[in-house]
Amino acid sequence: MSHIQSEMQSEPHLTHEHGHHSQGFVSQYVFSKDHKVIGIQFLMTTLLMLLVGGALALGVRFQLAWPWRAMPLVYELTGGLFGAEGGQVSPEFYTMLFTMHASVMIFLVIIPILAGAFGNFLIPLMIGADDMAFPTLNMLSYWFMWPAILCFGLSFTIGGLNAAPANGWTSYPVLAAVVQASPSAGAPQTLWLIGLTFVGVSSMMGSVNYMTTIINMRAPGMTLFRMPLTIWSMFITAILQAFALPVLTAAGFMLVAERTLGFKFFVPGNLVINDGAPTIGGGQPLLWQHLFWFYSHPAVYIMLLPAMGMVSDMLACKVRKPIFGYKPMVYSMAAIAGLGFIVWGHHMFTSGMNPALGMTFMISTMMIALPSAVKVFNWIGTIWGGKISFDTVTLNCVAFISMFIVGGLSGIWMASVPTDIYFHDTYYIVAHFHYVLFGATLFGCFGAIPFWYPKMFGRLMDDRLGKLHFVLTFIGFNGTFFPMHMLGIAGFPRRYADPYIHPYMEHLLPMNRFMTLCAILMGFAQLILIFNFVSSWFVGKRSDRNPWNANGLEWSAPSPPGHGNFDVPPVCYRGPYEYSSPLSANSDFLMQTDGSVESRSSGHH
Amino acid sequence: MNKFWPCFFMFWPVLAIVVFAISPSMGWWFPTEAFSPLGKQIDNLFYMILIIVGITFIGTHIGLGYVLWKAVDNKEPKAWFSHGSHNLEMLWSIAPAGILMFISLYQLDVWTRYRVQSKYPKDMLTVAEVTARQFEWRIRYPAPGKKLLPSPQPDDLYTVNDLHVPVNRRVLIRLKSGDVQHSFFVPGLRVKQDAVPGTVIPVWFETLEIGDYDLTCAELCGWGHYKMRGRVLAERQSDYDKYIKSLAHDQGYDGHNSDRDGSAELVKIEKATDKK
Repeated sequence: MSHIQSEMQSEPHLTHEHGHHSQGFVSQYVFSKDHKVIGIQFLMTTLLMLLVGGALALGVRFQLAWPWRAMPLVYELTGGLFGAEGGQVSPEFYTMLFTMHASVMIFLVIIPILAGAFGNFLIPLMIGADDMAFPTLNMLSYWFMWPAILCFGLSFTIGGLNAAPANGWTSYPVLAAVVQASPSAGAPQTLWLIGLTFVGVSSMMGSVNYMTTIINMRAPGMTLFRMPLTIWSMFITAILQAFALPVLTAAGFMLVAERTLGFKFFVPGNLVINDGAPTIGGGQPLLWQHLFWFYSHPAVYIMLLPAMGMVSDMLACKVRKPIFGYKPMVYSMAAIAGLGFIVWGHHMFTSGMNPALGMTFMISTMMIALPSAVKVFNWIGTIWGGKISFDTVTLNCVAFISMFIVGGLSGIWMASVPTDIYFHDTYYIVAHFHYVLFGATLFGCFGAIPFWYPKMFGRLMDDRLGKLHFVLTFIGFNGTFFPMHMLGIAGFPRRYADPYIHPYMEHLLPMNRFMTLCAILMGFAQLILIFNFVSSWFVGKRSDRNPWNANGLEWSAPSPPGHGNFDVPPVCYRGPYEYSSPLSANSDFLMQTDGSVESRSSGHH
Repeated sequence: MNKFWPCFFMFWPVLAIVVFAISPSMGWWFPTEAFSPLGKQIDNLFYMILIIVGITFIGTHIGLGYVLWKAVDNKEPKAWFSHGSHNLEMLWSIAPAGILMFISLYQLDVWTRYRVQSKYPKDMLTVAEVTARQFEWRIRYPAPGKKLLPSPQPDDLYTVNDLHVPVNRRVLIRLKSGDVQHSFFVPGLRVKQDAVPGTVIPVWFETLEIGDYDLTCAELCGWGHYKMRGRVLAERQSDYDKYIKSLAHDQGYDGHNSDRDGSAELVKIEKATDKK
């Protein structure tokens, strides 16, 4: 470590200003090895994919509100590419819509926006490094996203028009393993699996890089317990990814082999599928579920922990107060990550696995609620006694806490095995994970974008537009997803193209229309974010180094930082949350790099 | 005006609670009461968790609202410089741990009786084998007076989508899948079990009232997932016996001995059309 630090300090380009390197446009902005450019590339790509995933979701919502009605405009605009004759949503197409909505949102938005965009941008800046440990690997991790996007995109067209993966993002065999079982998803399903592998490779390269960088490249004085919680969360996420991803990759290859090479891992014999010849072999469909959820449950925390870390940083800054219980926050994240590996079975309570396992998984799942609760209490404790200023960042952070409480609490019914028997695969689970993934993670990101935007582009985003975006998104979000709890209690199953053919659900149509209208509001509100994001780039108020009077190392670098990040090699003197410290007489913050006052370790004892 | 945002964040939980409170009267609640003993227990567990979760939801949001309200109002020159409280951390770690442990241990009994085969009731009637396939439920009953054997027998009786069971009796079905994964979901009875290809899963339940209960599929099984509509018909033992006999009669009818006035022709015609 000391070797790297001394090397860092002696490196001449550290003190160089941006632009000194005579890089071409391509190596500077396209195949860049600079973590900031890569982070911004990730951010823009994921925001674009957010719109794609949102559009797919609106397709789903449209069918649920006006079943079998022709979708306005879509048929005409796409030249008849999507939707059945006349623009109606066919049941096949509906299945594709929700499959691809989930795939895009999970693999191309949530995971890369947290680890890829914010992880890349923030890690070196917050720990005081000039770049990632492996810049080339970092560049590759971004560019491996594109084959994935290409695969996902191609899967919409390669099987002929109106073909796409249609087996749910979970792709349970036998449905996803035997082509005849869902004929519209032949080649596209295989492409989807290959795309998944590319996403996995991309994440893996990122996570190796993050771990190495955080362990080896911290500035002098940046001890582990002086790291901002964002860095802790990225570190823990990287470990989670590194250990969980290989399982998914292996499972994906097994399923590809099953689909294309005739291996039999998941398909048992003697099934007559779609009047085809009986299958041969002795596979076990539950194997896929175990392998898939062994990755995908930790992945839920991969999709949440970094947002938790970033919200902690933003919240402390916005209430001008140290984080309440810094070490409990770190330990609870570590506990979430550790327990995250032994709760995957709660996705399989009704799957027919050994019921004794159900009990074990219930207890471990209940226990993982504990660190989450501790974090919520600590966030509330952080606001307690603070001096809050409500701007876009604060609003999104508070919404994060509030929505995460809902998402966390609704999970308890599903963690309890008997009640899960009823709620499994109903809209209750849809409500639950949208409250966690959208309500918590995306609101966290909507706060993080304006918070670190000045560091990315040297300008501030417009606060009024930000607030408008927040209010519309918040109302639209709750209007769309809160009623899903009610649908779940009413026994409304997921993934139904037309639930209303079942008499007991007929009366829920008006509620679904209301939800769809809210979803449309929410969808269009995202255009405000895009507009604000792009326009602030050109007309936003110029920002100095530290527009929020925050403590982290990143705020001591220029906005935007040049190549090599810091003009003065940073030295860290204290923890990241010394706001309102009595040590600083004239201001309510004390930067980590500020060596003018007596050094003091953070965390409570 | 500076109180607007704390009010904003307090308004929505109030609205959420109101929506929850009016939901049962608006029909946004359980489709029907539970018509099976275990279903009733599941409902009780649901309400028990609802109370705990409701208190937590209200408590945390009151806490959040309070700290926001005070933080907006803070007239001190600086915020409270505090890194936390060890006692509070202990309190809010141990208390939720206890509650969560209580919830999970409290559930085990129902789960065990529902799913652990060695704890299944001994006096069960194995009524039928249900084979889910794209996109229907195929049902195999044993011939009248016989027991259902694991392998199909020549005199077994077959129907589609309508599962008849005697009311007030613990019945067991053998759940199978003929092609992909499905899930046997009867909302009115609170029964759900995936049908896994290659595996036979015994599922038991008891109906408390005569009636038709909707049977749906709860695991994505292809494009027609939504239309796997079936029924569980609970009827008196005598009606059930009558139904099985008529099924046996219809299936055994060869079209020659006209022991059924008029309807024999109909059956014949129906059979002929079925074959097409």
